[in-house]
Amino acid sequence: MATPERIGAKRLVVGAHYGVGDFMIQRITAIILAVYTLILLVGILMMPGFTYEAWVGLFTFSPAGLPLGQVLATLAFMSLSWHAWIGVRDIWMDYVKPVGIRLALQVLTILWLVGSFIYFAVIIWGA
Amino acid sequence: MSESATKPRRQFRNINILQLMKYRLPLAGRLSILHRVSGALLFLLLPLLILPLFAMSMSEAGFQAFSVIASFPIVKLIFLVLIWAYLHHFCAGIRYLALDSHRGLDKYTAQKSAGVVFGASLGLTFVFALKLFGVW
Repeated sequence: MATPERIGAKRLVVGAHYGVGDFMIQRITAIILAVYTLILLVGILMMPGFTYEAWVGLFTFSPAGLPLGQVLATLAFMSLSWHAWIGVRDIWMDYVKPVGIRLALQVLTILWLVGSFIYFAVIIWGA
Repeated sequence: MSESATKPRRQFRNINILQLMKYRLPLAGRLSILHRVSGALLFLLLPLLILPLFAMSMSEAGFQAFSVIASFPIVKLIFLVLIWAYLHHFCAGIRYLALDSHRGLDKYTAQKSAGVVFGASLGLTFVFALKLFGVW
């Protein structure tokens, strides 16, 4: 990817490729979320009627006693949190230049998303 | 040396907020900034509005209350904004996945696909609006 401009014998004059990793993760989580969205959409369209049981069943269906619906929902929400972290961090990096404020916003973003994840897990597994 | 010191060169800085208002973005540019705005909106409202509503809908009593709340026009309007944000982010995101895999990168196709995304996301939002307000 980078031209081999080396410092000394081994080191490349490039970063550690964290950016490439985050770029890929954002795309992969986007695909996971798009697929999960389509699964939910098909589920909603296949509902016999918009009842409470059918709605909860979308997220808690359990074939052969396995909590598949809850596991899928939790995995999707993990993807969402990671996806949102990369996206929101990009916003802070683009518009907020003072390092201290940017760091504070990034920490708040992580707390916001981890809090959301816990909230979601409590809803989906406590139901 | 002396000449460059006496004649200050014109500086091009980032445009300010007032200039932003009348800056004419191409369609793909509007799509892009709205992708960011819709993403930020969903991020902010996730634990403030989306998850509380979801929690409510997952209990039997809450589900009934949810149906009552969802009948207010102002609530429907808020739902519609959320639906638009999700659909825009979804449709524009699929376009970016295509662009990232080097599909439709030329200027003509990129502008055209931006138009298609606007058509799709606004069209779908309209369908949801019809459903939401009980027209269909």
